[in-house]
Amino acid sequence: MIRFENVSKVYTRGARPALQDVSVDVQRGEFVFLVGASGSGKSTFLSLILREHRPTRGDVYVAGRDVGRLSGWRVPKLRRQLGVVFQDFRLLQNKTVYENVAFALKVIGKPRSVVRAAVPEVLEMVGLAGKEKRMPTELSGGEQQRAAIARAIVNRPQILLADEPTGNLDPTTSLGIMRLLESINNTGTTVVMATHDDEIVNEMRRRVVELSDGVVVRDEASGAYGERESILPGLGRPPVLAGEA
Amino acid sequence: MRFQFVAGEVFAGLRRNTTMVVAVVLVTFVSLTFVGAGALLQTQIGKLKDDWYDLVQVSVFLCPEGSLAPTCAGGEATEQQVDAVREVIDTELADEVGAVYTETKADAFEAFQERYPDGYQGTQLTQDDMQASLRLELVNPEEFAVVSDVLTGRAGVELVEDQRAVFEPLFRTLNVATLLAAGLAGVMLLAAALLITTTIRLSAVSRRKETEIMRLVGASNLFVQLPFLLEGAIAAVTGALFAGAGLWLAVRFLVTDWLEQSVDWVAYVDAGDVLTVAPFLVLGAMALAAVSSVVTLNRYTRI
Repeated sequence: MIRFENVSKVYTRGARPALQDVSVDVQRGEFVFLVGASGSGKSTFLSLILREHRPTRGDVYVAGRDVGRLSGWRVPKLRRQLGVVFQDFRLLQNKTVYENVAFALKVIGKPRSVVRAAVPEVLEMVGLAGKEKRMPTELSGGEQQRAAIARAIVNRPQILLADEPTGNLDPTTSLGIMRLLESINNTGTTVVMATHDDEIVNEMRRRVVELSDGVVVRDEASGAYGERESILPGLGRPPVLAGEA
Repeated sequence: MRFQFVAGEVFAGLRRNTTMVVAVVLVTFVSLTFVGAGALLQTQIGKLKDDWYDLVQVSVFLCPEGSLAPTCAGGEATEQQVDAVREVIDTELADEVGAVYTETKADAFEAFQERYPDGYQGTQLTQDDMQASLRLELVNPEEFAVVSDVLTGRAGVELVEDQRAVFEPLFRTLNVATLLAAGLAGVMLLAAALLITTTIRLSAVSRRKETEIMRLVGASNLFVQLPFLLEGAIAAVTGALFAGAGLWLAVRFLVTDWLEQSVDWVAYVDAGDVLTVAPFLVLGAMALAAVSSVVTLNRYTRI
């Protein structure tokens, strides 16, 4: 479904490459964790799949297409097969939950009947039934992320990319989000999730691809998060301040 | 769905940016008014030339009594001299001159009396005060110089005058006015282009979150950019319509209702001419908006 073949990405000439000779193959229906420290290349990895950037060397194939060679006007078509979720949700603050999800369908020209059918269905699936008319500010962090996930999958993409989707959430809420991503994965959607959250990775026991300084240092099926770099030994995970709010 | 969505976005954008949109409308209005005024001035010049060039002729004034011109040393032009001049016209200038009319002193006096029945500035002139002349109708009025060269300086000819020359200062003034209008229009159009660019940029930045999400869920380039394009186009075209209306009012009240009443022997531009010019103003506004927005959008809403 997603294949990186000896991919390198250099943003500015002469700078250290963000990705270096990365080869990864993700099968249809897989659930893959992308782990590594900040700056290890996780976001670059995702942005190459989205064709926000082109690889400097090597090839990226997404759903059978060579993304690096895709001409600009075909990019929208590629992105319609991808769903994306971010750490900061990126909901439109002046639109309700329903409108936020419907927006994703409207802007790709889906007819009204499709919007009317698909949006309530997906909101039901992510557990936001009954909260259609809420504004994003009236939702908890977990609910906002659910709305963002609903927006990402409402067009039934083959691939869901998640860039630290639990980064702003407390452990309990994060677990709920993970259950949701798992259930989406169970419907056959390939999920690639970049994360720092070792607890989640350790608990889920899915495939783990670890990047370090732009190089794949580990790729195991049903792996664990791995050794945390012991910058502050003994402190462990910082206490979570907020509840699900 | 698509149309409704785009229309909604355009409306929202126009409302959010009201001050800038008003500025764009005003600037395009003023600039295109100058463009239109320039066009109407040229139309007016064309009308005057059509009207007057057909009426005017080259006058070959024959020596009157007491003329100080060297060619008139022998006093009033004799019949032989006149015949010699006519002979030259019939032979050397056969290709240039279409028709020749002789205006005798009697003819001139008749015309004078018709025009000034009460005498000129209080003095009643007589037939002897008039000057005889030959009136030449040129095949091509532009060839006055040739005719003038051949006839000037011949015995019995006091002066060769192209009546068109009388209008030259007027046309020159109108042409300068056109240039002035064009220059001002150019400056204003530049300002309009810059304003449209800024407006669209502001609009694009204020809606960056929306466009970002549109890009990510796979909205096409056109779909992302169309609302901004239309925003600029609507503002500019509104300006053009105002310009058209302004010109129409100016022509209607200043030219048709006022000038035409006070100076009625001239053909003036009318509302019909404004209607001919107006579509070009609208097209110009559209082109202006399209160029400015495409340049901006490629920088601010990239895929």
